[in-house]
Amino acid sequence: MKRKNEARKGNPGPAPMLLQKAGEFIRFFLGELRPKGRVLTPFNVISGAIILLGAVLVVIRFARGLGAVTNLNQDYPWGLWIGFDVVTGVAFAGGAYVLTFVVHVLRFKKYEPIVRATVLNGFLAYVFYAGALLLDLGRPWNVINPIIGKAFGLSSVLFLVAWHFMLYMICEFVEFAPAVAEWLNWKRVRKFVMSLTMGAVIFGITLSTLHQSGLGALFLLAPSKIHPLWYSGSIPVLFFVSSIFAGLSMVIIESSISHRIFNSQMDGEHRASHGEIVLGLGKGAACALFVYLFLKIIDFVHGRHWDLIATPMGYWYLLETVGFVLIPAGLFVYAVRKESVPMVQFTAVLAAIGVVLNRLNVSIIAFKWYEPVRYVPSWMEVEITLAVIFLEIWVFRWVVNRMPVLRKYREPEGEPVKEAEVVKWRPSHM
Amino acid sequence: MSVKRRDFLKIAGCAGMALLGGSDARARTKEPDPEFSAMLIDTTLCEGCRSCEEACNEKNRLPEPATPFAEGSVYEGKRDTSIGAYTVINRFPNPRDPGSPIYVRRQCMHCNQPACASACLVKGLEKTRQGPVIYNKERCMGCRYCMISCPFDIPKFEYDSPSPFIKKCSFCYDRQLVGKIPACAEACPTEATLFGTRRELVEVARKRIYRNPGKYFPHIYGEHEVGGTGWLYLSAIPFDQIGFRTDLGATPYPELTSGFLYGVPLVFVLWPSMLLALNHFSRKKGERGDEEKE
Repeated sequence: MKRKNEARKGNPGPAPMLLQKAGEFIRFFLGELRPKGRVLTPFNVISGAIILLGAVLVVIRFARGLGAVTNLNQDYPWGLWIGFDVVTGVAFAGGAYVLTFVVHVLRFKKYEPIVRATVLNGFLAYVFYAGALLLDLGRPWNVINPIIGKAFGLSSVLFLVAWHFMLYMICEFVEFAPAVAEWLNWKRVRKFVMSLTMGAVIFGITLSTLHQSGLGALFLLAPSKIHPLWYSGSIPVLFFVSSIFAGLSMVIIESSISHRIFNSQMDGEHRASHGEIVLGLGKGAACALFVYLFLKIIDFVHGRHWDLIATPMGYWYLLETVGFVLIPAGLFVYAVRKESVPMVQFTAVLAAIGVVLNRLNVSIIAFKWYEPVRYVPSWMEVEITLAVIFLEIWVFRWVVNRMPVLRKYREPEGEPVKEAEVVKWRPSHM
Repeated sequence: MSVKRRDFLKIAGCAGMALLGGSDARARTKEPDPEFSAMLIDTTLCEGCRSCEEACNEKNRLPEPATPFAEGSVYEGKRDTSIGAYTVINRFPNPRDPGSPIYVRRQCMHCNQPACASACLVKGLEKTRQGPVIYNKERCMGCRYCMISCPFDIPKFEYDSPSPFIKKCSFCYDRQLVGKIPACAEACPTEATLFGTRRELVEVARKRIYRNPGKYFPHIYGEHEVGGTGWLYLSAIPFDQIGFRTDLGATPYPELTSGFLYGVPLVFVLWPSMLLALNHFSRKKGERGDEEKE
């Protein structure tokens, strides 16, 4: 009896308080997991079906081996999952390091409204597309071997890329962490992670420089297999420079879509600045494209492959470099001069297609172009790739609808500190 | 291109790698290594009996082949090594003497500086001090980068297994360790497969070329290709006519990526400092006026 009274009067012990808090957190989290808005939209139904089918195929893949779902073979060990999901996906995720460079290092405040969405997109791209790597690995349970040091293959570019993927994911999470802290209304945590942002940005840009180029450097080891028009010692530099406009193009596309879909999330200021931002990004992408084109031309002249231009692979090469590098570069300049936002958006799509072409060329199409029987991805490989993309979009949407990604963070109004601690788990925007 | 810059990068890279403690390969060379073991395949002596294939199959406990080893019908098409056959013989027409076709064995070349070993991020493939390039299956994560990098397309992957491994010739490393010669060399009835140290076998091959001026095409395949391979070939006709790639060059494959890797520590030092400097200067600009930021 006496004990009970004491418990009621005084503070509960640390353990029950923690339990209570954990309970509150779980309740809050479960509440947040529930979908917002209509569930049975056409998009949800179609993408949901694709994700479900993808999950079934993934089970088959792990039960029966890669051969059961992919068209990979002894001649083409890397297919769509590496060439598109990983190599191309990571190039598109480059927008995060470019924008954090522009906003945090160069302090261009203009682009601040889209930084969080871009970093989130980059982070999720790494989680999902680099995560798709696990599907492709024959023995994914050994993926930690290069990290835990069972054997360090220090002479391997892939070793560098693997470490950088992991470290960069951590960096991007730190960069995005303030939004998570705001969502949970963890003020002290928010302050702490905010103080880490600059370090994460600088480390992240360095890592990105190295692994974006490192993904290209992987293919340096296949000089006799990649068509001479695509193989060159400067693949790493070309991959790095192209990741800049790949990232920027993806940011233009993604922010333009977000502008429509998540319009209610944005405040008037953000909405109004959208056009300005897109034009600025277009300008940046144009610069990067011209640098890339210049490097491509130097590379071509040095390679002395004029004779190869008049072959089928040569026409394909011209299509990539003229149709999807030169033309988008010119169009970006024209669109920025005309201040035409739709045209910048259209050009961004062109440039993005060019990046997809380039990455697929280096990793699949120009790889062993001489083989009589070529690799073509199976429908199941395509299906699983689509499932990964849709899953990423679902998670992106879930986060954007809950955390202050597109909208600005507003400090909860003047509550006394103690009370704030009690309602800690309440979402900040309520 | 400028050599000086390259050298500078190398020095900077070496310093960086040494700092990271990655110089074990260099440290190891202090104790004298045994000479690389090697194999000399004289295609002019091979009769295509497939004894080597059979011995390899037996030694590695590989599955029974689809067509028995005694049958010659396998020569109708071109075969590649596979997860069930680490060495295969192919037949090529002989333009000099159409009556006696040329038989050529194919298996891992055991490069002096293997591309696969430099590609592997967990040292799943490793060049041993004795010469064989071996596969450590417990380390492998199945990324198949070794297959991408191998100039001879040798590593083969078990696509139809939920727990797949890479399969390839191990040069009978286990037998070599206990002083035996590889199973295929033991089985060869014609001395077309000659086992020895690499230095000796290069001499033997040269001698054969010098002593029989008309008989051999004057080239030892593997002496310089991709920096030298452990398996050396002699042929009566040019090597591109018996299924070899003659465009691989003499550069060891690991050197193709070493330039990039040496640059890594440099970027790690230069980038953050440059970024901090940029950040510092952009602050000053920002203080002058917000409106001129465009």
